[in-house]
Amino acid sequence: MRIRIKFSKHGAVKFIGHLDIMRFFQKAIRRAQIDVAYSGGFSPHQIMSFAAPLGVGLCSNGEYLDIEVNSHQGREDMMSRLNEAMVEGIKIENIVALSDNAGNAMASVAAASYLVEWKLKAEKPQGLKESCHSFFAQKEIFVTKETKKSTMSVDLKPGIYAFEEKEEGIYLLVDASSSGNIKPALLLEAFFAYLNLPFNPNSIQITREDTFTRDKKGSLIPLDQAGENF
Amino acid sequence: MKEYKLALSDEILMQVEKPARYIGNEVNSIVKTGDEKVKIRYAMCFPDVYEIGMSHLGMKILYDMLNRWEDVWCERVFSPWVDLDKIMREKNIPLFGLESQDPIKNFDFLGITIQYEMCYTNILQVLDLAGIPLRAKNRTWDDPIVMGGGPCTYNPEPIADFFDIFYIGEGETRHREILDLYLECKEQGLSREEFLRKAACIPGMYVPMFYQVEYHEDGTIKEFGPIYEELPKKIKKEMVLDVSNTYYPLKPVVPFIKVTQDRVVLEIQRGCIRGCRFCQAGQLYRPVREREVDVLKKYALEMLKNTGYEEISLSSLSSSDYSQLEELINFLIEEGKEKHTNISLPSLRIDAFSLDVMSKVQDVRKSSLTFAPEAGSQRLRNVINKGISEEQIIQGSSLAFQGGWSRVKLYFMLGLPTETEEDIRGIAQLCNKVAATFFDVVPKEERKNGPVQIVASTSFFIPKPFTPFQWAPMNTKEEFIEKAYLTRSAVMEQINQKRIKYNWHEADTSVIEGVLARGDRKLNNVIESLYQKGCIYDSWSEYFKNDLWLETLAEHGLTTEFYNTRQRSFEEILPWDFLDCGVTKEFLMREWKQAVGEVESPNCRQKCLGCGAARYGVGVCKEPKTGGQS
Ligand code: SF4
Repeated sequence: MRIRIKFSKHGAVKFIGHLDIMRFFQKAIRRAQIDVAYSGGFSPHQIMSFAAPLGVGLCSNGEYLDIEVNSHQGREDMMSRLNEAMVEGIKIENIVALSDNAGNAMASVAAASYLVEWKLKAEKPQGLKESCHSFFAQKEIFVTKETKKSTMSVDLKPGIYAFEEKEEGIYLLVDASSSGNIKPALLLEAFFAYLNLPFNPNSIQITREDTFTRDKKGSLIPLDQAGENF
Repeated sequence: MKEYKLALSDEILMQVEKPARYIGNEVNSIVKTGDEKVKIRYAMCFPDVYEIGMSHLGMKILYDMLNRWEDVWCERVFSPWVDLDKIMREKNIPLFGLESQDPIKNFDFLGITIQYEMCYTNILQVLDLAGIPLRAKNRTWDDPIVMGGGPCTYNPEPIADFFDIFYIGEGETRHREILDLYLECKEQGLSREEFLRKAACIPGMYVPMFYQVEYHEDGTIKEFGPIYEELPKKIKKEMVLDVSNTYYPLKPVVPFIKVTQDRVVLEIQRGCIRGCRFCQAGQLYRPVREREVDVLKKYALEMLKNTGYEEISLSSLSSSDYSQLEELINFLIEEGKEKHTNISLPSLRIDAFSLDVMSKVQDVRKSSLTFAPEAGSQRLRNVINKGISEEQIIQGSSLAFQGGWSRVKLYFMLGLPTETEEDIRGIAQLCNKVAATFFDVVPKEERKNGPVQIVASTSFFIPKPFTPFQWAPMNTKEEFIEKAYLTRSAVMEQINQKRIKYNWHEADTSVIEGVLARGDRKLNNVIESLYQKGCIYDSWSEYFKNDLWLETLAEHGLTTEFYNTRQRSFEEILPWDFLDCGVTKEFLMREWKQAVGEVESPNCRQKCLGCGAARYGVGVCKEPKTGGQS
C-alpha cells in the first residue's frame, strides 16, 4: 500500500539539507518499525519519493514524501510511531493512503505556497499591500538566473499565482514543478529591486506553507488531498 | 516563527559549509535543559571536524555513560571547521556545546579524546575558542577542568602543559570517582589546585603540573618525578576487567549529515593477541578481552532498532581472532536478510570462511580483498612479528580469484627497523606474485570483471612509545622518499607491472608525527607557538604547514634528529617511562632483541610471553594455551 506523509520542519532543523532529510526519514521509518517495502536488487533501498526539495534555511508546514508499506496497523498507529521517531522541529502532520494510479510525490508537484516574515517585525516595509499589488500587476517579471555555464534572463510572471500582503508578511503561491520551479528568494530579490530597496535574505524567514498538485479539473490542491484517510 | 536556541546566528549558519555540524538536535542526543538534578556539566571533545569526531566509538561510550548519571549532563564539542573558526575569532563567539549551545567555558569539565598526534594544534584551537587559558597553570575555578584521554596520552609530554589531568587508560573505570571528588572539593571550598592534588592520587590520573623533569645537556631526560610525596611515581593504566558487563551506548547519537563511520558499531573485543612489534594499540590494550557473543547479539539488535541504521560494522583490532566470530556473523547475516541490514566487515584474515562471508554480504565484483603484510619479505615480517606468510597471501588470493574477486589491496610500511633494499624489492615481487596467481587460476574466458587490479600502498613507519621499536631510529624524509622511489621502480620492473598501482603516503607529516609521538615537554612551547602562527588541522594535508613546523622547531633549538633518527639506548629515561601501560619494559626489550634476531614470537593464544599484562587477571591471559608458532 502506498502512503503519503506530510510533515513540518521548524527551528534549528531548517539547516538540514534535503538529502540529509531523506536520510533522516529512511532511518526514522526503521526506528518507527514501519513495515516499509524495499526495492529488489543487490542493494535494496526503501521505496521512497520526496516532493519538492526545500532549500536550507527555509521552514515548512507542508513537506511530503511517499513510501510503500507491506502492512500496517492503521493510520493513528503509524502517525504516533513516526512522531516518536522524529526530532525536535520535525513533526508528522498527516498521513493518507494513495490509490495505485496516483502519481508519486515528486512527479505530482505543481505549486508551493510560501509565507515571508521579517525576523524583526519593525523591518517589515511600509505600504506592502500596494507594492505587492503593483509588483504582481506587471505583465512580465524578468530576473537573471545564474547557472554554472551561463546567465540568462527569464520571465517569472507566468509561474506566479499569488503575491500579496498578509498580516505576517508576504504570501506567495508559485510554480514548484520540476520544470518551472521558482525559488522564493529569487522572486523576493526581484521584488526588492522593483521597490528599490536593499534585499537582505538574513532579515527574513521564509516558510513553505504547503505543496500542491493539480486535481482532475486542474485546480491546485494540497498533496495530501490527493490521498484518502485509512 | 518558532523559537529555538542556537549559539550561531542564522546569518553565520547560512554562510558556513555544513551548518548541521553546529546545531546539535540529532536523534538520541541528550538534552537535560532545566533538569535540577544536574550538578556537573561535562563537555566531551574530539578535536577534529564533526564528521570525524562523530565516528569515534570511545567518545560515544563515555557520552552514554556520563549521561546515564543523573547528576551529569555530557555534551559534545568538535573543532569548528576553518570557515567557522575564522568567523568565531572575528566576532568573538565562544565555543559552545552542541546540545545546550552554551559556552564551554561555563562547563565543569572539558574532556578531550586524543586519537592522533596531528590534532595537537586543534586542542589549542578548542581551548582558545572556548576562552580557556592554554596553559593549565593559568586556569582558575572559572575554567573547566581540562582532561585528556586516548592513545596519545601514553606519551602526553608534548602537550602536558595544556592539560589539568590526563586519564591513562579506559575511561569507564574512574570517571565517577573524579566527578565525586570534584563535587566534594567544590562543596568544601577547596582550591582548584587542592582538587587536582587529590585527583592525582586516583589510580590512572596523571596531573602533569605536579611532575617535574630535568634534562641532561644532550637534551635527554635526567630525572622525572612528582613534586609531592603522596603522588605515585608510576601511573598505571586503567582497564575495564569485564567488558561484557560495562557501559555500552545502545542509543548512540545519529548524525543528520554523513559522517565517516555512518553505521552501528559493535565493539566485539578489546586488545589484540598478535603483538605485531610496530603496533602501539596491540600493546596498550593488552590483554585481549572478548565480549560474550550473546551480549553482542542483543546489543546489535537494540542499536539497529534505536538508530534506524541499515548497516552494522564490527570493531576490534583483529576481528578474525574473536573466538565466536562465525556465530556472530551468521546471526547478523540472518537478521540482516529479514530486516535489510548490511554488515560491513572489518578487514578479516582472508581464508575460506571470510571469503564465504564476504560473498554473502557484499558484491564480489565491486569489493576488494585486503592484505596487510606490512613488509615485503619474510625476513622483515619476522622482524616485525607480522604472522602472515607469502604462502598464506597467495593461497588466500588464489581462493578469492576463483570466487570471482579481482581487486586486491596490499598495505606495507617503509622504513621498518633493519630494512634493506631486498625487503623493499620484496614488496613489488609480492604484488607481482599475487597478480600472476590470478592469471594462473582464472582461465581467460572467466575474466568477466576484467583482469586483476592490485593496489599497493605504503606508509612510513613511525616508532611509537610502548612498542618494542620505541628505541629504534626513524628514517629521515629523504630516506623515506628514496625508498618510495625504489618501491615504485621495483614495481615497474615486474612482469605484471601494468596490473599494479602504487601509492605512497606523504613523508612530511610522518616526520612531524614521529617528533610528537616520542617527544618530550620541550615541545609544548613549539606547539603553542605553531598554534599562535595559525596552524590548525595539521592532520589535513591541505592545512599542514611543514615549513612552519620545521622552522618553529629550530626556533626552539630542537631538531627532528633528536626525536626521530637517533638510536635511543635501553638506559635512557624515555619521556613516557613514568607510565605503566600493562606491559613491562623488560618485555619490550626482549621483543626488540627477538626482532633484531629475526625471530617471530607466538601469539597470546599459543603461548604466554609474560608481557606483564597478566596481572590484570583477565581475558586471554587466563585461557589455556595451544602451544606452537603462529
Ligand atoms: S600476559 Fe601473556 S597472555 Fe597475557 S597479554 Fe601478555 S603475553 Fe598475552
